[in-house]
Amino acid sequence: MAQVTPMRTAAETQLLDLFPAVKARLPGAAEPRQQAYDAFAKAGLPHRRVEAWKYTDLRASLREAAPLADAPSAAVLGEVRTKAAPFAGLGPALAIVDGMFEPSLSDLHGMPAGVQAVGLAGALGTGHALAAQVGQAAQADDAVLALNAALMTDGVILRVAAGTQLERPLVVRFVRTGSQARAAFTRVLLVVEEGASLTLAETHEGPAGVGHQDNTVVEVITGDKATVQHVRLNADGGGAVDLSTLGVKLGADCAFTSFALVTAPALTRHQIFVTFAGENSRVSLNGGALLKGRQHADTTLVVNHAVPHCESRELYKHVLDGEATGVFQGKIIVEPHAQKTDGQMMSQAVLLGDNATMNNKPELEIFADDVVCAHGATCGQLDDDLLFYLRARGLPKPDAEALMLQAFVGEALEKVEDESIRDVLEGVVEAWLRARL
Amino acid sequence: MLEIRNLHVQIEDKKILNGLSLTVNDGEVAAIMGPNGSGKSTLSYVIAGKEDYEVLDGEILLDGQNLLEMEPDARAAAGVFLAFQYPLEIPGVATMTFLKAALNAQRKARGEGELSTPEFMKKVRAGAERLHIPQDMLKRALNVGFSGGEKKRMEILQMALLEPRFCILDETDSGLDIDALKIAADGVNALRDPKRSFLVITHYQRLLNYIVPDTVHVMANGRVVKSGGKELALELEANGYADYRSQAA
Repeated sequence: MAQVTPMRTAAETQLLDLFPAVKARLPGAAEPRQQAYDAFAKAGLPHRRVEAWKYTDLRASLREAAPLADAPSAAVLGEVRTKAAPFAGLGPALAIVDGMFEPSLSDLHGMPAGVQAVGLAGALGTGHALAAQVGQAAQADDAVLALNAALMTDGVILRVAAGTQLERPLVVRFVRTGSQARAAFTRVLLVVEEGASLTLAETHEGPAGVGHQDNTVVEVITGDKATVQHVRLNADGGGAVDLSTLGVKLGADCAFTSFALVTAPALTRHQIFVTFAGENSRVSLNGGALLKGRQHADTTLVVNHAVPHCESRELYKHVLDGEATGVFQGKIIVEPHAQKTDGQMMSQAVLLGDNATMNNKPELEIFADDVVCAHGATCGQLDDDLLFYLRARGLPKPDAEALMLQAFVGEALEKVEDESIRDVLEGVVEAWLRARL
Repeated sequence: MLEIRNLHVQIEDKKILNGLSLTVNDGEVAAIMGPNGSGKSTLSYVIAGKEDYEVLDGEILLDGQNLLEMEPDARAAAGVFLAFQYPLEIPGVATMTFLKAALNAQRKARGEGELSTPEFMKKVRAGAERLHIPQDMLKRALNVGFSGGEKKRMEILQMALLEPRFCILDETDSGLDIDALKIAADGVNALRDPKRSFLVITHYQRLLNYIVPDTVHVMANGRVVKSGGKELALELEANGYADYRSQAA
């Protein structure tokens, strides 16, 4: 059969032109960037015939690739300083503004003992020892990840020294400014050494109604016996296109929990790649998306049980109003020798709007014979009997519905152990529900 | 006072209630007994306002107010309380949160101010103590992982807190051992009041040893076929429902 090379879309052409134009000023070794660019050039933007992107046709939905954001001016930074961050005051924060790490907006001197924080661009440029680990956790044959690898401008590298126990969360803010749609490619690497324990909370903040394009990668690499809680709050403005990748590589006897909340952006794709590199580790991936209008949120995850005796749990909740679309694709791979793997995956959706759509695609690829794996997906309306129970206690219908939805999302939200962070997230959910009343 | 007049109800084209009439006076405890399928639970749902039922004819008046024209939450605010036969679980909502939301919604509907948190906590603690409900249960998600007895006691606690005018107990005794039954009955008896009436639905006379009714009504084929005093319950216990089944048919 003849090879068909699809026509380049405008966005693809713009992205392909972007790299040669800016590569001279991108930090770090040129070769890996060039390879990533070549991989993207070969694949183009993902579309529905690419299985992993079946329900999020980026080629069709991304009409224009926005130009790269300018480094923020002093005036812009001043403005950012006046805005309240969602997790303000909960822990030391690092800020990445319009693609650039901003020391002046970061608590670099307030980092707890045992935590080292450096700018990514600087680290790549100077060949910092930690920079060698960039790209180690987020590895996949994926065009969006390749774009980030080619174009990442800046970000943060965090190292938490062996045995460090952090009480307060480390906060990383991804802030976007300006009224013109711009693109940012950023990356965060978190290296957690043996026996360390912490919460990493990311927020994505941006102006309402601006079609900013974000491509962020967060990588987490742990030594043995590490405990990491990860939280991602997507508080971007209504128009944003937000593509994100979380890559996690765990040592032995580790616990990793993640929760992601999406309410605002027009289009999100959050992809998670987890690799168990050591035995007896546990992973719990969770998320909630509350969408309305024509919003689209895609969560696609791959958990690779490369070693025996590991446990993975996934719980994702979608609340879909209007014509919103939710996507959950979860793949659990159990390699031939990964015996005693325990994997359970669940995706649940409530469709509030008659024209809302949920796409669920759970996959198990099991090559070992002594494992326990299960997946489930439900999709439906609010339970009438429960609604009646609440109304019979005096709650008006909209309030009863809001309480049920809060509870529905709450089941995933309660996986967030840090109370101060969880309170903020609950507030975001409540605000969304109140806006519906 | 609750008055039900000539109530005809169907669900999915199946007639359940056939001209049921019943009056429960203020302060009265009325027991409804009857065989399976006689329409007892339907009656409780229709009074509380469940939407699945189609009311073909008749009326239900609470102090002269026609309940059938009101939404379920408005009926609750007007003083109707249904203790469910199978209380529902609400994963993710702490019992305390739920109780406060329900109480304040009713107060709001009646034009009363919200209770302050200390006032509310005091009320809940007192009620919970009487019903042997441990404090930590109030922090857990409502009814999730509760035993049958705990769920029923939680229904009575809600009733105590919401202070309704008209309480319906739908087979509150089902699934309860004798100790749990006594605790639940004590909780109900403590709420007996000259201004509050009860409709106690049960299969068995046993519950009525603990919640002693003023009147007993036998339901068969969707209507009340016999009414009497508390001795009628004993008679039913001895003779069963056979007579009423044939009588109604």
